[in-house]
Amino acid sequence: MDLQTVWFILVAVLWIGYFVLDGFDLGVGMLLPIIGKDDLRRRVMINSIATVWDGNEVWLLVAGGATFAAFPLWYATMFSGFYLALFLVLVGLILRGIGLEYRGKRNSDSWRRRMDWMITVGSALPALLFGVAFGNVISGTPIEPLAGTPAGTDFAVNAMSLNYTGNLFTLLNPFSLLVGLMTLTVFMAHGAIFLALKTSGEVRDAARSVALKIGLAAAVAAVGALLWAQAFSGRVAVTLPLALIAAVLWLGALFMTMRGRDGWAFILSTATIAFAVTEMFVGLFPNVMVSSTDALYNLTVYNSSSQSYTLTVMTIVAAVMTPIVLIYQGWTFWVFRKRISTSMIPPQPESGRADDRYAGVGR
Amino acid sequence: MTALQLSQWQFGITTVYHFLFVPITLGTVWLVAGFQTAWYRTGKVKYLQLTKFFGKLFLINFAMGVVTGIVQEFQFGMNWSEYSRFVGDVFGAPLAMEGLLAFFLESTFLGLWIFGWDRLPKRLHLATIWLAAAGTAFSAYFILAANAFMQHPVGFTYDESLQRAVLTDIFAVLFQNTAWIAFLHTLAASFLVAGALLAGISGWMLFKNRQVDVFRSSAKLGAWVILISAVVVSVSGDMDMKIMVQQQPMKVAAAEALYSTQENAPFSILSVGDVSGDSATAIMEVPGLLSFLATGTWDGPDSTVQGIDDLQAEYQATYGPGDYIPYVPITYWGFRLMIGLGMIAALYALWALFAMRGGRVPRSRFFAVASTWILFFPLFGISFGWIFTEMGRQPWIVFGQQLVSEGGSPLLSTTEVWLSMIGFTLLYAVLAILEVALMLKYIKAGAPEPQDVVTDPYGDAQKDDDKQLYFAY
Repeated sequence: MDLQTVWFILVAVLWIGYFVLDGFDLGVGMLLPIIGKDDLRRRVMINSIATVWDGNEVWLLVAGGATFAAFPLWYATMFSGFYLALFLVLVGLILRGIGLEYRGKRNSDSWRRRMDWMITVGSALPALLFGVAFGNVISGTPIEPLAGTPAGTDFAVNAMSLNYTGNLFTLLNPFSLLVGLMTLTVFMAHGAIFLALKTSGEVRDAARSVALKIGLAAAVAAVGALLWAQAFSGRVAVTLPLALIAAVLWLGALFMTMRGRDGWAFILSTATIAFAVTEMFVGLFPNVMVSSTDALYNLTVYNSSSQSYTLTVMTIVAAVMTPIVLIYQGWTFWVFRKRISTSMIPPQPESGRADDRYAGVGR
Repeated sequence: MTALQLSQWQFGITTVYHFLFVPITLGTVWLVAGFQTAWYRTGKVKYLQLTKFFGKLFLINFAMGVVTGIVQEFQFGMNWSEYSRFVGDVFGAPLAMEGLLAFFLESTFLGLWIFGWDRLPKRLHLATIWLAAAGTAFSAYFILAANAFMQHPVGFTYDESLQRAVLTDIFAVLFQNTAWIAFLHTLAASFLVAGALLAGISGWMLFKNRQVDVFRSSAKLGAWVILISAVVVSVSGDMDMKIMVQQQPMKVAAAEALYSTQENAPFSILSVGDVSGDSATAIMEVPGLLSFLATGTWDGPDSTVQGIDDLQAEYQATYGPGDYIPYVPITYWGFRLMIGLGMIAALYALWALFAMRGGRVPRSRFFAVASTWILFFPLFGISFGWIFTEMGRQPWIVFGQQLVSEGGSPLLSTTEVWLSMIGFTLLYAVLAILEVALMLKYIKAGAPEPQDVVTDPYGDAQKDDDKQLYFAY
C-alpha cells in the first residue's frame, strides 16, 4: 500500500474519531432545549460532556492538520472553496465552546439562557454543515484550473492551479443538504444514546425516548443519503454493502435503546458512524475532491499529496502518538465513567466548596 | 480594499486577539501547577486557595485560547490557499504534530484536572496539571517552529515540476535556531505576563487588605517571576537579534529605521519625525549600541549593520524588481513598544518587592493603580513584538520564497472576506466583554476562604459515596 493510501485511510479514521466523539457532544448540545426541561437537567446534560468535549474537538483539529500535512492541495482547495460554510462552522464551534465553559461561571438566569442558546446553535451549525461539506466533496463541485493556466498542463502530475469556482449556494444542493440532515439527526440521536448511557433518572428516560424518535428520523435521512451516495461511488460493490451494514447497525442501536441496553446502543451507533464515514471515503477513493466540471480536474490522493519524505515522517509520528493518545483519552472516559443524575449535581456550579455535605468530613 | 488586503487584516485581527489569551495561559498554567505542588508538599491551605483562584482565571482565558485557536488552523487554507499549496509539504507537518502531541495532551488533561478533584488520588491529580502545562508548551514549540520556517525557511527544496516547496529535513525545520530561540523568547515573555497577572491582582488585593497572608505569597512570587523572566526575555531577545541580522537583515534595519549601512551604528531610543524616510531625527540615541546588539562588536568593520537602502538594492538584484521594504513606522515603533512595555513591568516588579520588603504590605494608592494596570504592559508588549516580527517580514509570507501577494486564496471575493472579517470581529468583541466580565467577577470574589476549600475531595468521595459531584458546571 502506498503512503498516499495510508494517509487517506488515516484521514478517514480521524474523521470517524471526530464524528463519533464530538458527534455526541454536538448532539447533546442540540438536545439541550428538548431534554433539558429545567436548569438541573440541563446541567446534567452539560456535565455529561463537559469533561471530554475539548479533547473530542481536537480530533477535528488533527483531521485538519493531517489533511494540511499529507494533502496540502486538498486542504487548500477545500478550505478556500467552502469559505463561508467553514466560517459558519467556526462561529458555531466558538459559540459552543464558550457556552459550555462559561455557562456555570455566572449565577444569572439570563446569562444561562444566553449560554444555552449559544451551545445549541453552536452545536447545530457544525453538525449540519459538516454533512453538507462531505456531501459536496463526494458528489462533486465545480473545480477548475485558474484562468491563465497554460494549455496542456498535466493535472495528473500538477494540481497546483485547481480551485473551487462555486460559492456558498453551490454547496446547498439537494444531495448535500440531505447528507447534512443525516449528520444533524444522527448526531442528535447519537447524543441522546450517549446521554442514556452517561446519565440516570429522568434525563436518561427522556434521552431514551428522544433517541428512538430522532433515531427513526435519522434512519430515514441516512438511508436516503447513503443510497443516493451510491450514484457517486467509485465502487458500488463495496460501498452498497457498507451502507446496508450501517443501516442495520443503526436499527440495532435503536433496538438496544428500546431494550435499555445503553452500552450496546452506544457501541452500535458508534459503529454506524464508522461504517457510514467509511462508505463515503471508500466511494471517494482515490479522489479527495471530485470536480463536477471535468474528471480531469479531480483532486486525488496522488496529485494533492505531500511528497514521500513528509508522508514518511508523519506516518512515524502518527504510529507512535496515536496509540498513546487513545490510551489516555480512553482513560479519561474511564475516570468519568459514573452515570450522572440530577441528585448528583451540586447546588452551586463551579464552586468546589465545602458545603453541608462535606462538613466535618476529611478535613 | 482587495480580498487579499482584507485577508491580511482578518489574519492580523484574529491572530493578535488569539495571542492576548495564549501568553496568559502559557505562563499561568505553570504557576498554578507550582501552587498545587506547594500545597501537595507543604499541606498549607493558602497554596490550595491560590491554586483555585488563579486556576479559575487561567481556565477563563484558556477557553478563549481554545475557541480562537481553531480559527487559526482553518485560516491558512481558507484565506491563504496559495500559501498552503506552496508550503503545505513543509508547514503542515509541525501543525499536524501540534495537534497530535500537544492539543490532545492539554485538552484531555485539563479536563481531568478541572473535574478530577474527587475522582483521582491527590498525586495523580497533581500530575494532570503538569501534563496539561507540558501540552501548552509543546503547542507553543510546534507553532513557533512553523512560524520560524516563514521567517527563515530551512530543510526544504523548491521542486520545479511540482512548483512548490518540498520538505527534505524535518529536524532542520523543528530545531533550527530561529525556532528554539523564538520559543525561549515567547515562553519567557509569557511567564512575564503571568508574573504580572499574579503580582498585579495580588497587589490590588493587598491594597484592599483582603486575604493578605494569601496574596502576599503570590505578589512576591509574581514579582520574582517577572524579574527572572525579564532576564531570560532580554538574553533570548539578544540572541534573536544576532541571528536576525544574519537571516533577516532587512527586519533589523527596519526595526531601527536605519537607512544607510554603517559601522558603529547607533541605537535610537526615541525619535521625532517620519521614520518611513531618512528624515527622522533621533532625540535619544546610544552610539554603537545597535552594532553591539546585532553583531557583538561596537566599532570597526565587524560592527557593520546593513541599511534599508542597500538591502533594497541587494534584494532587487537577487529577487527581481519590487519593493522589499517593510512598513517602517510599524516595525520601528513596534520594536520600541515591545521593549519599553516589558521594561515597565520589570520596574513594577522591583517596586513591588521594595514595597513588600521585610514583611511590609503595600498600601499606597499609586501602587494599587499600577497593580491594576500592570498586566496590560507586558501583554501588549508581546502583541507589539509579534506585530514587529510579522510586519518586519513583509512583503514576504515565506522569506525569500513567496510574497504575501502570491499567498492568498485567488478566488475569494471581497464580499466573502468582508462577511467573515466583520463576523469574527463582532463575535470577538462580544467574547472580550464576556471574558473580561468573568475575570473581574472572579478577581473581586477573591480566593476561596480556608473553610470553603475541601482539602481532600478524593478521600471524601471514597468515604461518603452519596454521589454528589464535588465539582460540576
